[in-house]
Amino acid sequence: MDTNAYKKYVESRAKRSPVLRNCIRAFWVGGALCCVGQGLNRLYQWAGLSEKHAGLCVSVTLIFLAGLFTGIGWFDKLAKYAGAGTLVPITGFANSVAAPAVDAKSEGYVTGVAAKMFTIAGPVIVYGSVSSILYGVIYYFFLL
Amino acid sequence: MSNNGIISFSGGCFIAETATTVGKKERQGPMNGWFDASEEDEYFGQSTFEQAESEMVHRNLQLLFTKANLQEDTVGAVLGGDLVNQCTGTSFGITGHKIPFIGLYGACSTIAEGLLLGASLVSGGLLPSAVALASSHFCTAERQYRFPPEYGNQRPPTAQNTVTGAGAFLLTHEDTGVRVSDGVLGMIVDGGITDANNMGAAMAPAAADTILRYFDHSGRSLADFDAIVTGDLGQEGLELTDELLQKCGLDIAPKHMDCGVLIYDAKKQDMHAGGSGCGCLASVLGGYFYRRLRRGELKRILAIGTGALLSANSALQKLSIPSVAHAVCIENVCNTQ
Repeated sequence: MDTNAYKKYVESRAKRSPVLRNCIRAFWVGGALCCVGQGLNRLYQWAGLSEKHAGLCVSVTLIFLAGLFTGIGWFDKLAKYAGAGTLVPITGFANSVAAPAVDAKSEGYVTGVAAKMFTIAGPVIVYGSVSSILYGVIYYFFLL
Repeated sequence: MSNNGIISFSGGCFIAETATTVGKKERQGPMNGWFDASEEDEYFGQSTFEQAESEMVHRNLQLLFTKANLQEDTVGAVLGGDLVNQCTGTSFGITGHKIPFIGLYGACSTIAEGLLLGASLVSGGLLPSAVALASSHFCTAERQYRFPPEYGNQRPPTAQNTVTGAGAFLLTHEDTGVRVSDGVLGMIVDGGITDANNMGAAMAPAAADTILRYFDHSGRSLADFDAIVTGDLGQEGLELTDELLQKCGLDIAPKHMDCGVLIYDAKKQDMHAGGSGCGCLASVLGGYFYRRLRRGELKRILAIGTGALLSANSALQKLSIPSVAHAVCIENVCNTQ
């Protein structure tokens, strides 16, 4: 069997991820996280914050919780179950920064934690910033 | 002389003793009871995962000497390796032991490579004894090849879980009843697989090539063996190897066992295609298979260490994964059982 035929054969027989099961889990966990966010939003507004400030505090709270859960080793177990349910909300981004930071502590605070903190989230920040600049330019010249 | 890779240890090389140490998940698997020691703490009482792996190597080597009732300064050499960059898992673990050391890298085939080289030195009369060892640790492999252990993600069903474990074999010239009789040096085979989450498929062509070469040139047939034991092909690689060999007219499936499949309960422990890593073959061969050979429950096995020779950078550069497979024939030569 030549290399190409082998590659094709391997791809054709490899077990697929259980997409439907993963979608259902992602839907209910992701949905539950959004409900927690909404609940927090109501709580903060009830406590007297403006709608804008309440939204900001919700993000901060979820980021804090994701970081905390990463640190005590719960997040990866939940994410293994929930997949996109924890990855897509702001919790996934928080975990992708906290996990390498926690992991790289053995290489020191400068050459470890600080240097490796953005190894996973870095591309999101770089391309997120670049695309916002591009959008800004297009908006300025054509839509303003 | 042709270069089919067959080497025969006609001068005599025997396994005097083995020692195996594993982590928590391996102890929870179906092979529990066949290992000598296990550790609940993934740090092995150290402060980093790399130090943990070295501590495991150190403890396992001590255990081997205790079990064999041997002074370490009588050992000819230690041949061993692991997956950590520059093989520091092993070399840091050996530091402090006054034994000549040869560091090896053959990815997950390292223990088979060590047994072949160690047996060559002992059988050739160059050393009175040698220790072959290999180790891997789930967390050192994860942080080097994939993501930090705390990063939350899902893996495809073909992915394998790096075994936390170490195995060491004491090889001697004296007849102990369990003999390393011959073997095949592996050739690098590249099946064109680029998916680092399907190592079984990357390594299967190398395993098939080595097994085929052994039966074509060693003068032994499949009927002479009780088991064909591969290191860490996992479920996917095991099936692929059997299929590739069937196409060449060799049906090893009824006798084929893979340590990556044996070491975990894939369903209960959610291990996808099974275990991988240098410690997988080293611990299962040194625990389960060696003990069964010694008891005479198995007469002869062919142990094949399979290594995927990729690096973190080669995977990012989308290069295909070259693989190697070394085979060692181990047999019980006692007349009485």
